[in-house]
Amino acid sequence: MTSPLEQKKIKIAGPSVVTANRTWDGIVVYRTAAKGWSVDLSDAAIVRNSDEAKALLAESVADDVGAVGAYIAPVQVDEEGKILPGNLREQIRRTGVTIGSQAQV
Amino acid sequence: MYAYDEIDRTLVNERVSEFRDQVKRRLSGELTEDEFKILRLQNGVYLQLHAYMFRVAIPYGTLSSEQLRRLAHIARRYDRGYGHFTTRQNIQFNWIKLAELPDALADLAEVGIHAMQTSGNNMRNVTSDQWAGVAPGEIEDPRIWSELLRQHTTLHPEFSFLPRKFKIAITASDHDRAAIKIHDIGLRLVKNEKGETGFEVLVGGGLGRTPFIAKTIKHFVHGRDILSYVEAILRVYNQYGRRDNIYKARIKILVHELGIEKFSREVEDEWQHIRNSSLQIDDSVIEDIRSRFTYPAYEKLPHMPDELRQAAADPEFEAWRKNSVAPHKVQGYSIVTISLKPTGGPPGDATAEQMDALADLAEKYSFGEIRVGHEQNLALPHVAKRDLPALWKALDKLGLATPNVNLITDIIACPGLDYCSLANARSIPIAQELTRRFANHELANLIGRLHINISGCINACGHHHVGHIGILGVEKNGEEVYQITIGGRADESAALGTLIGPGVKFDEVADVIEDVVEAYLALRERPEELFIDTVKRLGVEPFKERVYATR
Ligand code: HEM
Ligand code: SF4
Repeated sequence: MTSPLEQKKIKIAGPSVVTANRTWDGIVVYRTAAKGWSVDLSDAAIVRNSDEAKALLAESVADDVGAVGAYIAPVQVDEEGKILPGNLREQIRRTGVTIGSQAQV
Repeated sequence: MYAYDEIDRTLVNERVSEFRDQVKRRLSGELTEDEFKILRLQNGVYLQLHAYMFRVAIPYGTLSSEQLRRLAHIARRYDRGYGHFTTRQNIQFNWIKLAELPDALADLAEVGIHAMQTSGNNMRNVTSDQWAGVAPGEIEDPRIWSELLRQHTTLHPEFSFLPRKFKIAITASDHDRAAIKIHDIGLRLVKNEKGETGFEVLVGGGLGRTPFIAKTIKHFVHGRDILSYVEAILRVYNQYGRRDNIYKARIKILVHELGIEKFSREVEDEWQHIRNSSLQIDDSVIEDIRSRFTYPAYEKLPHMPDELRQAAADPEFEAWRKNSVAPHKVQGYSIVTISLKPTGGPPGDATAEQMDALADLAEKYSFGEIRVGHEQNLALPHVAKRDLPALWKALDKLGLATPNVNLITDIIACPGLDYCSLANARSIPIAQELTRRFANHELANLIGRLHINISGCINACGHHHVGHIGILGVEKNGEEVYQITIGGRADESAALGTLIGPGVKFDEVADVIEDVVEAYLALRERPEELFIDTVKRLGVEPFKERVYATR
């Protein structure tokens, strides 16, 4: 998982979303089509080419009162249209640590 | 313990109200994230995978019971009920809300704890031996000097905007428990022929992408000259240090590029200009700091109390005592290391309940004092030997008596991909699996001292380069792959490990480590030959053969 913080050029290989951390509490959020943020990946706006990705990212970065550290993350969309994280890093961000967590949510 | 003076308390309180204001302006949008980032970093706040991460300093690893209880309170009130002790005498909270951070900082400030010098390109908290002040045979308490450097460098403009972060560690014992050779500056307290106290000064150590073991640039710098000498090093560094490239901006690169001779000449020249300045330390300053460190009123106790003699019949107690209990400078007392490495647990984590209970035990058995070491364990520094059996029983109830200190399951691991936004691969689950594989205490004891260090990326927070066995997570085609090195060490004979071969997949790591260990058991000349010594004698080849023959 090369850290997306090292993302330089925007080039996407498949369906992607913009994700970030909500400013006031740091919780993982996804950019929605309604120009807001949601904690639910299924609300995320999906982009499918680099221009769309660039536009969604620009709009997201501009809203840094809402969320910080926005970047483009890959997702998979299954037959029923359900959005799934595209790699282990995003999987962990969505579902939490893999360490049989002591975290009391 | 150390008592902060009024200046420190005022400073810490001012920082809290400043930060409260900054957070307010950030949340209202008055400050952008770009503007705010440097401010939050100055207060120990990082952005991680799941949330903000809050790093709190534990200067030279010394905590009072009151302070530990306050850390437990932070974990419970503002986080998810636990904290993570790091390799640099800090504690991290993983789920802090930005909006609540000013309150958390204020709660900590009440007990003299802060988050200064825990992040950013400045002088980081000066670390020291977790056995400082109690280790037999030490030259003197190295925390006196850590504190001197802390006072001098905290918020000093010259140290607040360095090319990169800068780390100093100090030890006063022959056996280096502070890993000074992997720090930007390592200081070892020594005495000269006249019996005067001073320092052997090492520079240019560090891990990360380009690891280096620190080299000695001066064998003796008198104590009174240490500030001017450190200042001279920093001036040379500031003058040459590469601000244009963060990978080259550490002093280790500069020392390597200039060569140690040229570097020390430059430092010497610079030092001659400033050594007789106001930086020369007056004895009274040292005396003042010394007087702020208080030591318990130890009793006169027997070397071998009856309680200990009786408990020795219990093999479980003995197993714990052998690995966890170390000699103390005062007869009748011991230093007790508390393993934060339970079988199957994340290395270095402690729950709020454990912290509270430990604070109570420290009050009962260790004059209210707790220490934090770079191996991500805690210690009680002043336990009367007669109390060891009772302490052991109490620790066992809390899940804090795993008898594995310095053994194969006493693993250092960074947060890795489970928490860290820079990670390439997970570290904690690898550590957890290894602690299960080697959970059998007899086996672990048979293997003897063996340090496994794991990092989830090349930044090397888990010190993988200097693990007897080092495990580095990298990413290959979207998959976690682990590179394994052997032969590293972090003590006075510090060395970097050597790669044994191609990387292996997540699921294979524990098998490979088992193979390495089996190879060692077969190859060692006698049971006392430690893993690290067998590797030194034979090199990596026989281990490599064993691991890759069947893969
Ligand atoms: C989770 C968030 C963390 C982030 C983002 C982070 C980031 C980094 C980075 C970028 C470096 C490399 C510095 C260099 O270029 O030399 C580094 C080094 C280091 N980190 Fe972390 N770190 C994190 C957590 C930790 C933890 C939990 C520990 C302790 C277990 C730790 C201990 C260290 C140490 C000791 C080094 C120094 C290696 C050296 O000597 O060069 N870090 N960290
Ligand atoms: S070594 Fe890498 S993965 Fe591990 S904590 Fe440091 S930056 Fe994160």
